[in-house]
Amino acid sequence: RLLPVVTTPSCLLFSFQQRIEIHKLRQGDNLILGFSIGGGIDQDPTQNPFSEDKTDKGIYVTRVTEGGPAEVAGLQIGDKIMQVNGWDMTMVTHDQARKRLTKRNEEVVRLLVTRQSLQKAVQQSMMS
Amino acid sequence: MSAAMDTESTYSGYSHYSGHSKKAHRQGRDRHKSPRSKDGSRSEKSVTIQTPPAEPLLGNDASRVEEGQDDNWGETTTAITGTSEHSISQEDIARISKDLEDSVGLDCKRYLGLTVAAVLGLLVFLTPIAFILLPQILWRDDLEPCGTVCEGLFISVAFKLIILLIGTWALFFRQPKADIPRVFVFRALLLVLIFLFVFSYWLFYGVRILDSKDTNYQGIVQYAVSLVDALLFIHYLAIVLLELRQLQPMFTVKVVRSTDGESRYYSLGHLSIQRAALVVLENYYRDFTVYNPALLTASKSRAAKHMAGLKVYNVDGPGNNASGQSRAMIAAAARRRDSSHNELYYEEADHERRVKKRRARLVVAVEEAFTHIKRLQAEEQQKAPGEMMDPREAAQAIFPSMARALQKYLRTTRQQQYHSMESILQHLSFCITNNMTPKAFLERYLNPGPTLQYDRDRWFSKQWTLVSEEAVTSGLQDGVVFVLKCLDFSLVVNVKKIPFIKLSEEFIDPKSHKFVLRLQSETSV
Repeated sequence: RLLPVVTTPSCLLFSFQQRIEIHKLRQGDNLILGFSIGGGIDQDPTQNPFSEDKTDKGIYVTRVTEGGPAEVAGLQIGDKIMQVNGWDMTMVTHDQARKRLTKRNEEVVRLLVTRQSLQKAVQQSMMS
Repeated sequence: MSAAMDTESTYSGYSHYSGHSKKAHRQGRDRHKSPRSKDGSRSEKSVTIQTPPAEPLLGNDASRVEEGQDDNWGETTTAITGTSEHSISQEDIARISKDLEDSVGLDCKRYLGLTVAAVLGLLVFLTPIAFILLPQILWRDDLEPCGTVCEGLFISVAFKLIILLIGTWALFFRQPKADIPRVFVFRALLLVLIFLFVFSYWLFYGVRILDSKDTNYQGIVQYAVSLVDALLFIHYLAIVLLELRQLQPMFTVKVVRSTDGESRYYSLGHLSIQRAALVVLENYYRDFTVYNPALLTASKSRAAKHMAGLKVYNVDGPGNNASGQSRAMIAAAARRRDSSHNELYYEEADHERRVKKRRARLVVAVEEAFTHIKRLQAEEQQKAPGEMMDPREAAQAIFPSMARALQKYLRTTRQQQYHSMESILQHLSFCITNNMTPKAFLERYLNPGPTLQYDRDRWFSKQWTLVSEEAVTSGLQDGVVFVLKCLDFSLVVNVKKIPFIKLSEEFIDPKSHKFVLRLQSETSV
């Protein structure tokens, strides 16, 4: 789960992504994941402190609660969520993203995230 | 006022050096000044000769003769002599007596041109009247009776002639304000047109009417009316060509003074180069600060020092390779590690400080002086407490308290030769009369003003020469450069076309102004 997966589509672009599986925690009547998201196509991308490209309207992780399921699973602050359970998250509104993450009948969410530090680590290991 | 050099506390080591150079400058200036005019006193004048030299008379004789028949006799053309035709004051009598023998040829031509043009104008004006009157005089009995139609035509001729007279007076009867080198193309054109026109009318009249003694008087009168109408249209053409066409700005002209780089921009329309030069000169007297040769000596001495101290020795043998020597000198001067920039910086900073200090002293002295004077109201004038003074006496009374500060300030800014004691007293009494504050009085002395503000002797710029690669009667074009030279400096004029502006419109519906909030929500899941 911690090994980076290098996917090579047909145009030979290397994107460094990680699959993270979070088991939701039940708190009373709610299932919580333990992180906060920001971004979306209806939001202002220039206010996003985590994105490299300030026109990126994707969903980013803005906070990870300590000891929560997300932190346990390895989600880090600043990650960009690309997919949730197979659903694309790069072109969704903020509310749609929230809904996809908080479906009441799902206990496990599998995220595909990408991270800048990950990219640098793989590049370094490739060069050495 | 004494001409002694002022002493001043030194702020830095460089002020001693700069004081030294100032003394040298002043001596140089005094030596340079004496052939021109004396400082201050108006009792005796040495003359600045306005001799128009033969060269700048750029017009040729043929054009002058043709120009003599100009209908617009107010503005004939010979050589440039600057602003000349204004009222003559007492001091100019001496100068004029010396100029008279030199410029007699010029004035003769000008007055000849004026009289010929006046005669021609009168002739043209009287032609319709002659057309109407000659049949009456010569073969009155044979003429058909004309009645009301003719009388109506007489009235219309009379009024049209009056209108033509008033229009010609308004447009052309003006004081000549300048002499320009070459003939004024449009005026010559109009003149030729008028002449041909009137000539052809007279020809037709002579052949068809006088010779054959036509009896149809109404036709003759209508012929005269058509002449007057055509003259009015020519007058309209004259207005358009001479006045209206150049009003719309087409060119922007940059004028730079060669000695100190002061520059201005002006907008001009379609003008010939000589007329553009006239406009530039008229604006020069108003816009440019007065030319002060005393301000230029500093940079010259710096430049001289830069190359001084380098000597070239030819080691390899005889042979005077001049260009090689000068190149070697330039290279050595460039490589030499000199600190003249340092000197310049400190000298300028020092000078500024000195000027500011003296200015502060001057302002305080003048303010204090002005408090000694009070204007008497009308009622108070009857019960005069002390002696009453008129403005001149009041000025003389308070002048001594500010004289020294003013003199020191003028020396520091090198303006002292532009203001004599008499002129300062006059200005002071003028300010007192008009209830001006000390600051208004000082406005004239704190900053150098335009050339018009000063006495004519100090202008250094009365006779101008137009130097141009193109013909001076050709119109302005983009990129034309011409130079207006006078004895001490020159004005370089660069013409640029105003760019063609493509203006398009965009309609904005007032209801289309809508805004959204910049969202940055954060949701915890």
